[in-house]
Amino acid sequence: MSPLGPNDDTQPWKGRYAPYDLVKELCIAVGAIGLLAVLLTILFSSPDDKPSTIAQWARQKPADFVTAAVKELDGTSPIAEYGPPYNHNGTGQEAWILKPQKWLGVSHPIDTEQDFVVGPLAMIPNDPGLTAALAQYKAAPEKQKKEWAEAYAKPLEETATAEEEKKTPPNTVSESNGTVLVKTSGDAGPVPVMMSSLLADAQSGGVDGSLLTSKQFFQTDYTKPLLFMAEGGLLSERAEQHHLLGDQWGMMNETGSYPGQAWLWLYALWYQVEPIKSSPNADILVMLVMGVLSLAFICIPFIPGINILPRKIPIYKLIWREHYRSEQSF
Amino acid sequence: MSAAPPPATPASKSWTVRTRERAVDALPPEKLLPDGQPTYVASWIYVFGVASIASLIVIVVSGSILALKGPAWWHYTGVGHFFNSIHMWGVELFFFVMVVHLWGKYWMAAWRGGRTRVWITGAVTFLVAVPTALTGYVSQQNFDAQWIATQAKDGLNAVGVGAFFNVLNFGQMYSWHILLLPVAVVLLVAAHVLLVRKHGVVPPFELERRKAALTAAGAPGADGSPHAATAGERS
Repeated sequence: MSPLGPNDDTQPWKGRYAPYDLVKELCIAVGAIGLLAVLLTILFSSPDDKPSTIAQWARQKPADFVTAAVKELDGTSPIAEYGPPYNHNGTGQEAWILKPQKWLGVSHPIDTEQDFVVGPLAMIPNDPGLTAALAQYKAAPEKQKKEWAEAYAKPLEETATAEEEKKTPPNTVSESNGTVLVKTSGDAGPVPVMMSSLLADAQSGGVDGSLLTSKQFFQTDYTKPLLFMAEGGLLSERAEQHHLLGDQWGMMNETGSYPGQAWLWLYALWYQVEPIKSSPNADILVMLVMGVLSLAFICIPFIPGINILPRKIPIYKLIWREHYRSEQSF
Repeated sequence: MSAAPPPATPASKSWTVRTRERAVDALPPEKLLPDGQPTYVASWIYVFGVASIASLIVIVVSGSILALKGPAWWHYTGVGHFFNSIHMWGVELFFFVMVVHLWGKYWMAAWRGGRTRVWITGAVTFLVAVPTALTGYVSQQNFDAQWIATQAKDGLNAVGVGAFFNVLNFGQMYSWHILLLPVAVVLLVAAHVLLVRKHGVVPPFELERRKAALTAAGAPGADGSPHAATAGERS
């Protein structure tokens, strides 16, 4: 039965037919669209901004790198507290009784302390100072490790906050020739040595390699280096320059002045609207709204009101004006 | 030497014969590849359907050339960048003409006359095309891919999809982009086109005064009574 039921008065066509060459039409269309694509290519090409690396991040923003790294060490970074699918340190997003992030569990386990800091440091050879510092860190109780990392992180975080709020930062963090000097008020134990070594390793490209090849030689999974790099300011700084931040309609845009994924405008729109915009569960709310709207889009023929709107608003008279004109002439 | 004709197989037992008969019944050759079209199919809006298919062909051909040379080729050769640009603009054109096509079909209420599945396959094609494009954007191996992947992960993780569809895993995304999702889109488009050929292009709304005239003349179906045949078929 038709979804429009008795209101569907669509009749089989008993009228005239005009000659039509389907294959020719398709060939012409492929030629025309192909030519248009070539023309757009010649006129505008396509964007290809080089990817960022952890080495670039560590060289260009050493204090930012060390700030992110020490948060990975003490477990206070966004990824350290993310929850599934990376770890159990957070519950993930939820909406009403729906907690799919939690239900699906940890599928890509990430221990930020081990994966982003201790693991890469352990791969650095011939550095007795680092070896001793690592041994001291590994042998310490969890409480002590936390206190050392927090003592080192405190001045870095205060400086980052002051810079973010455009205030004068405290004189506790300084950069010199690519190194970072942090004046701690408490005992940071082996953490300063570990952070200096990690920074030097990252600047030489070692951390890029160690995060990528930690599982096997042939590697196509960039989860760890991308998650680590996204904790810092380099990617977001570049994204802001290319109008790619969330409040700039995010990923529907593309680097340069290209149209990007314009079809994602409705996804991006919800992130600009309150209460979703400021909700800690914004992502699941947007996905649920889009899920419902997508289902409604598929089911348009069955939705009362929406399915008769085309009959009520006579755009069809414009589309079929030739047909109605020829009917009048009979 | 002449080959003897194969022994007749009872139609009711041969899956092959039954499949062929059902296929030919649903779509006889003159319906599958028609040489005539109802006269009401006379508007520029109809161009956007075939333009969507043409864009898809441009995307598949340019994407196949990129796939032949591998994912890094387009970054370091001019020819590679040329085909990547064609691929990208093909995608932009595909979405543009498909959206116009969908709006056109909505205002025609193109699901009428038993064409619900035609609408549904078209709508699902659009929805499947979105992740097909997304996986392409995160497979670019440039800054755009890095940023889009790190942003898209949160939405997908929030609904649990990230557990098995990791946008930060280039290898996985590349597989989805060049095989699984394009195959889904092409199959959906094929089903959509076959359904259009089966049911014909949706005919215009009857104008009220014409309906009244038909009712007065006692024409069948003018009062909304059910009918078996569909519009767009040659009678």
